[in-house]
Amino acid sequence: MSARLMQGNEAIAEGALAAGVRFFGGYPITPSTEIAESLAKLLPKVGGTFVQMEDEIASMGVVLGASLAGKKVLTASSGPGISLKQELIGYASAAEIPAVIVNVQRVGPSTGQPTAPSQGDVMQARWGTHGDHSIIVLSPWSVREAFDIAVKSVNYAERFRVPVILLTDEIVGHLRENVELPAEVEIYPRRLPKISRAEGYEPYAPDEDLVPNVANFGEGFHIHVTGLIHDETGFPVGSPKITREAIKRMHEKISRAQDEIIEVHQEFMDDAQFAVVSFGGTARTAYEAVLNARKRGQKVGFVRLITIFPFAEKILRELSKNLRGLVVAELNFGQIVNEVERAVKNCPVKLCAKYDMTIFEPEEIEASIDELIAEVNAK
Amino acid sequence: MKSEFTLKLERCKGCGICVSFCPKQVLALDTLGKVYVAHHENCIACGQCELRCPDYAIFMDKVKKEAAK
Amino acid sequence: MIERSYEKFFRKNRLPHLWCPGCGNGIVMKAIVQAIEKNPNFTQDNTVIVSGIGCSSRASGYMDFDTLHTAHGRAIPFATGVKLARPELNVIVITGDGDCTAIGGNHFIHGCRRNVDLTVILFNNNIYGMTGGQASPMTPLGKKATTAPYGSVDRPFDACKLAEAAGATYVARSTAFHVQHLVKTIEDGLNNRGFSFIEALVQCPTAYGRRNKMGDPAKMMAWMRDNAVMKNSWDKLPDEKKTGDKFPIGLFYQAQTESYDAAYQHVREIAGGVKQ
Repeated sequence: MSARLMQGNEAIAEGALAAGVRFFGGYPITPSTEIAESLAKLLPKVGGTFVQMEDEIASMGVVLGASLAGKKVLTASSGPGISLKQELIGYASAAEIPAVIVNVQRVGPSTGQPTAPSQGDVMQARWGTHGDHSIIVLSPWSVREAFDIAVKSVNYAERFRVPVILLTDEIVGHLRENVELPAEVEIYPRRLPKISRAEGYEPYAPDEDLVPNVANFGEGFHIHVTGLIHDETGFPVGSPKITREAIKRMHEKISRAQDEIIEVHQEFMDDAQFAVVSFGGTARTAYEAVLNARKRGQKVGFVRLITIFPFAEKILRELSKNLRGLVVAELNFGQIVNEVERAVKNCPVKLCAKYDMTIFEPEEIEASIDELIAEVNAK
Repeated sequence: MKSEFTLKLERCKGCGICVSFCPKQVLALDTLGKVYVAHHENCIACGQCELRCPDYAIFMDKVKKEAAK
Repeated sequence: MIERSYEKFFRKNRLPHLWCPGCGNGIVMKAIVQAIEKNPNFTQDNTVIVSGIGCSSRASGYMDFDTLHTAHGRAIPFATGVKLARPELNVIVITGDGDCTAIGGNHFIHGCRRNVDLTVILFNNNIYGMTGGQASPMTPLGKKATTAPYGSVDRPFDACKLAEAAGATYVARSTAFHVQHLVKTIEDGLNNRGFSFIEALVQCPTAYGRRNKMGDPAKMMAWMRDNAVMKNSWDKLPDEKKTGDKFPIGLFYQAQTESYDAAYQHVREIAGGVKQ
């Protein structure tokens, strides 16, 4: 395929389509709207369905219904829209319905600064819906990677039957790059029942990987799906034991596979004494800051979280053993820095925060590197 | 008898709807609050009881004349 | 006794249901499966029952189909997703007055507007039953609820008028008393290709009737018998007689309009795409 100039948002739409998404439900909101607009054009061409719903909650509900009917599904939003979707993201987690939710972050809270870039929804991506729940959060830093992460998000949603948040930001969403997309991608197929009803099929009985093979609607399995805590039959049960086991399994199906899910992009770490941790659009600036610092002779490495949750706790802890300090650069008041501090015990962690509508300049991150080095050396 | 009753008492919650809508006072609630057929001989096999039972606990089948003899 | 044929549509091992003694929900649930039974296009394998949250919405758990007990107010969006993803499936929505017209009100009117091929059956008990009797948007004026202890001053919705105005293509009302009429009403709704809306008035003796001194469940049903007026008679009734508790039942509106899933097939054709 020849190279094409496209936006991160368009690449997400293309990636989702390549991964087999055939249903999109959404509601217009900047800076995510291009995803809906792209799929409104593309989905009917492949026999898929695009529907613009009356609100964000309905957009989430409609994709969950379509997912249960067997389609791979996507929805996308930003800011207040993502807040509204949280109710049914929790439903997807509880009822284990595969779905990908794209969040093209903008400045909040509330209507905030439409539609300037931000990374202020990091902790919301993990904990936005109520209750203990499992979720996967991935974040791309380029248009090409936005495509790949979209594919990966769809595959993870299907494989783990979990909502996956594709957490991007206005920087990557509206970034235009010349990209070459692969003709084919690896696709994780919809999980299907392995035994018949007569053989005692139970929709929420976990497979070996702790993920249930919930039948699609219309296949004669007569399953019951509910947001109430349920046992393996899918029916609600008011029992402490079942509740404990259900919540535990939902977490363990992800945590047992986390080494595979967690991806961290590292560069210049071999000789690094310091490192900058970043993700998404900010990582582009952080990369330049690291290059500039190295040109000045500072031994600084680059660490980019591609998987935001489950959090790369072990990797960061290991890395930090050889480091004298870490800068966490994020486009918010300080969110992922708390996770980094929780993981890293060996060295100081310095926050480089920005929350003024504008993206980082490399010098701002370089200044934080300089300050960190000075602070560490002064000790 | 014009009718034959089948009662699924495990489903009966004793709401009294069948008792109230029976035009011939055939049905009643026992001391435990479950339905029973008190005056079967008065039954005209209208089926109002089964029609409105919200718990699917009472079933009335018409008995054909020959079978009733 | 020969087992009633409609019983095959129930998950019998889950009966008796959780509804209170005398609750009208059981009557409507049976009417739904009896209506399904009369339609050869509806089988247990190709029919999906979608419900929201509340007393009525527990019905899905007792019905032996693919069933989806969603979140509060959200049954119609989920059902829309199921239907648009697989238009060959029949999708029935079971909802309540609070679920459908309060928290789900926006989804309700937009479902009507799109004319998605769903049959929505609203169990109207005039109250939030599951949470203990709070006022709903369909609690009549002056009636008492835990959140309207002095009588409701919130003007209620007429859900049928709302559905018709919003674009539903089959709109009807019946009651738990008028069982045969109710079955026929649902049956006709199932046959309509488009958004069908049926309001089924049900008695809630526990959370509504008791507080409003409406007597036992049978008395509440007798009230339905005495106050429901068939649409034809209602239309002939002079306005001064449409007073008190009197209300119309029957078919209010029906139209032949292309359903959303059929309309979207045109989009696929124009886009030059393959058929689903």
